Amino acid sequence: MLELLNVSTRVGNQQHIQDVSLQLHPGTLNVLLGATLSGKTTLMRLMAGLETPDTGEVRFNGVNVRGIPVQKRDVAMVYQQFINYPSLTVYENIASPLRVAGLDKATIKQRVHEAAELLRLTDYLQRLPADLSGGQQQRTALARALVKQAKLVLLDEPLANLDYKLREELRRELPGIFAKTGAILVYASTEPSEALLLGGNTATLHEGRLTQFGPAIEVFQRPVDLQTARIFSDPPLNTLLVSKQGAELRCDALVMTLPVDNADAAQLPDGQYTLAIRPWHLLLDVPPQLEKQTTEKQTTHARINAHVEVTEITGSETYVHVRLQGAQTQRWVALLHGVKDLPADSPVQLAIDPAQIYLFDSHGQRCLTPPQREDV
Amino acid sequence: MKSWNNKAWFLVLPVLLLVAFSAIIPLMTVVNYSVQDSFGNNEFYWVGLEWFKEVLESERFHNALMRNLLFSAIILLIEIPLGIAIALAMPRRGWGVSVCLVLMALPLLIPWNVVGTIWQVFARVDIGLLGYTLTQLGFDYNYTQDVVDAWITLIVMDVWHWTSLVVLLCYSGLVSIPQAYYQAARIDGASRWAVFRYIQLPKMRRVLVIAVLLRFMDSFMIYTEPFVVTGGGPGNATTFLSIDLVQMAIGQFDLGPAAAMSLIYFLIILLVSWVFYTVMTQQDADSAPGRGQP
Amino acid sequence: MARIVLNNIAHRYGAVTARSATQSTDDAAAYALKPLSHAWEDGGAYALLGPSGCGKTTLLNIISGLVTPSQGQLFFDDTDVSQLPTEQRNIAQVFQFPVLYDTMTVAENLAFPLRNRRGINKLGDAEIKQRVADAITMLGLEKLAHQKARGLSADDKQKISLGRGLVRTDVNAILFDEPLTVIDPHLKWQLRTQLKQIHRQFGHTMIYVTHDQTEALTFADKVVVMLAGEVIQTGTPEDLFKHPLHTFVGKFIGSPGMNILRCELDGNEAIVDTFRIALPCHYPALPGTIELGIRPEFIRIVNQGEGMPVTISAIEDIGRYRIVRALLGSQHLDIVVPEAVAIPGNAAVVFETGNIGIYHNSRLVNSNNSNTGVS
Repeated sequence: MLELLNVSTRVGNQQHIQDVSLQLHPGTLNVLLGATLSGKTTLMRLMAGLETPDTGEVRFNGVNVRGIPVQKRDVAMVYQQFINYPSLTVYENIASPLRVAGLDKATIKQRVHEAAELLRLTDYLQRLPADLSGGQQQRTALARALVKQAKLVLLDEPLANLDYKLREELRRELPGIFAKTGAILVYASTEPSEALLLGGNTATLHEGRLTQFGPAIEVFQRPVDLQTARIFSDPPLNTLLVSKQGAELRCDALVMTLPVDNADAAQLPDGQYTLAIRPWHLLLDVPPQLEKQTTEKQTTHARINAHVEVTEITGSETYVHVRLQGAQTQRWVALLHGVKDLPADSPVQLAIDPAQIYLFDSHGQRCLTPPQREDV
Repeated sequence: MKSWNNKAWFLVLPVLLLVAFSAIIPLMTVVNYSVQDSFGNNEFYWVGLEWFKEVLESERFHNALMRNLLFSAIILLIEIPLGIAIALAMPRRGWGVSVCLVLMALPLLIPWNVVGTIWQVFARVDIGLLGYTLTQLGFDYNYTQDVVDAWITLIVMDVWHWTSLVVLLCYSGLVSIPQAYYQAARIDGASRWAVFRYIQLPKMRRVLVIAVLLRFMDSFMIYTEPFVVTGGGPGNATTFLSIDLVQMAIGQFDLGPAAAMSLIYFLIILLVSWVFYTVMTQQDADSAPGRGQP
Repeated sequence: MARIVLNNIAHRYGAVTARSATQSTDDAAAYALKPLSHAWEDGGAYALLGPSGCGKTTLLNIISGLVTPSQGQLFFDDTDVSQLPTEQRNIAQVFQFPVLYDTMTVAENLAFPLRNRRGINKLGDAEIKQRVADAITMLGLEKLAHQKARGLSADDKQKISLGRGLVRTDVNAILFDEPLTVIDPHLKWQLRTQLKQIHRQFGHTMIYVTHDQTEALTFADKVVVMLAGEVIQTGTPEDLFKHPLHTFVGKFIGSPGMNILRCELDGNEAIVDTFRIALPCHYPALPGTIELGIRPEFIRIVNQGEGMPVTISAIEDIGRYRIVRALLGSQHLDIVVPEAVAIPGNAAVVFETGNIGIYHNSRLVNSNNSNTGVS
């Protein structure tokens, strides 16, 4: 088990990592999710022992690892850039950590072939990295990390430099490849969808602080604070400042009645809140002159008026970027099913189901979550 | 970074000892000489800053210093632009690259005194190819007699010997510029000059700092070539500080003034190098480097 | 602004020596770009989409003149520009990694392409100032305008690179070569919509090269899909999603991509393993490989007995929807299940007949012999 206990680092006056505590268990996949410079790489360097915390401890299986050199820590790391030995063949590249470990030839051969098989590199073993595609080069780097059978495997945005489709493919394979080794897998990413697709646990980072840690879908559905919700949203989360008076949420752009059946909502004190809603929970209610067929009218839905800025059509869905009426600076995005080519500057009315909103208090703490979906 | 490992000191110790014996102790000896006088018999008397005063006030020192500064200035003014120009003209790919690199490296491989001897012979009016040809062509050329000719010979020799160094440094800076910069410049409609001014020169700046520093220090300390070729003459026309220093210390055995002079010499080099370095790297300090690109 | 026409343009890398020029040109593998004729309409927003090494960047560089094609002509409107150097083509191009003039301030960087103009195109200082100020406002760079470009964050640097293209309001076209690669996801949204707005406002012809389907589809009115130096399909995002002409397009576009199932045809039914699946129209028997294509979005998951039984191997919950990985007989199937729909334990699937395509040797079989089918 890898434990970070109140770990902090600073460079000059700048706090890089602020009081991070985290427990990672063998056999788990843990995604560090955050924007560029949010501290993902620093945190990984701390875990690897490439950096030492100013305060706090990094423990591996209960032992403080301070002072233990990186070479002895049983760590494998894969970077965003495809890092292989350029003069060695794929086989020799994969074999390199085993040679360092001083294994015998037969074992090396067997392990390399196993890893190559798993990462579909068997046909390329005799090639040099320069003769491989980007995807194959990164597979080689991954294979090298795999054969090492390290107890801690750190992957720093390993797919960022790959083609979109290759990324999809490798992302699906990755958890399975490392699952058998029982290693602690740590994976840094800037993309929320990647964290969800990989599954496992997600730790959200913001400016060197750990905002939340838990199973990916749980963090996604029940973010503890606004910052976490923002980090874990792609497309961006729609937010609006509202004030609560009794069962009503109000601001210049919106009046909404809180769902009566939600116990949490009933207990909230009056005051200022940030309302947040996911883009795909916004429904389009277009004035009849633009589209005759309107979505089903639900009286409980709150309405919000807006002007279209730009629409983006993906083929099956439409992202409508709008400016809210009554809150001009607020830009929202709605993700609608199907192709809806709305002209720019045309007025739209968006419908919000009160059951789907999040509320965050003035400190950014979550106070209201949409009810959980019943699943099998 | 912040963890101290005492083992490291043991690893550094040999180097420290080496530096102490090769640099610090000799320097201290020089400092010791520079504040004392001796009348032989290993008897030394404390004279304070007397020697420094004498050296700084002597015309001989002023003249030699001026010669040095002039020489370094001319060398830098010729070698740096010429080096950049040659580096720009060199091919970036293909077989021509290695041919050019080898040609450029050749002069650098020849020892100082050999270069001096080559040129000494080469420029002689009676048997040297250059000197003889020039004289036959009607030029009044004789480096042993004419001050200007002596200077030109030394400068041409230094340029021949050391421009390659500037070329190689600049070339390494040039080839590290990503192709996208040139493409972007073409898209932006930049002229050849603008490409040089806004892309190549800024990207070469770091290596140029090194080139200027190396060439300044080397040319300021020049000794072997003028010693071999002109011997400091005609008259004192090419007697640089280093030559003067050796004459004073070995020839006249004036250890005190020579020690004082070498310290002053050392400080001047340090000062000028520091000025160059500060001026040329000032822009770097203006802004912290951003996140690197892959 | 201009209509850009490619007339039988092709390109092969490596020096074209007299010997290689006389060699037979049917060695198709050697082409970075296979012979291509295509017209980019004036004011269109295009995306060039394909995997790395498919020739999309080569094509872009041929248009801007950074690469001289081995054959063919290039026209801007009616002018043959094949022989014109880049500087004279009046094209803006933004590269994958930020390219900045380090010694200049942000504002000077933006003014640079304008200041380089000579002769009749020369701009006055006031005009330059105005355009630079506009670009700075457009990209929200006000605070950085007078800072040196060196030392800015990657995001800001790339914004400035974009800006250098956008200040030139009278260019023939603006070309983008994977411009958002180094940008964080949140800013990507912002910059992409800004680009779209700028396109709407100024009506430039824009060509955007990317391997990222989301970027391509959301940016472009028309997407050109390339594979191995060849254009496989050109169409609106909706076309590409609903009617991919090639199984590659089906798989490449959409996440997850289209399910491609080996099948046999039997009139207006397809036989996948032991299952008979109704097709939108009647298909003739064809030799060669026959495949059925259906997008994961067009498969409904139902209770056992109401459709073809499947074995679910994994469910990936990505919040907005779930991706169900399943086996239909021996073949792999991805199904997209919306947030609100429950997944039964013993699941079966139903294919939406209208959204099934039949592919013969990877190409879509035209179904125009039916009036119910896709058009």
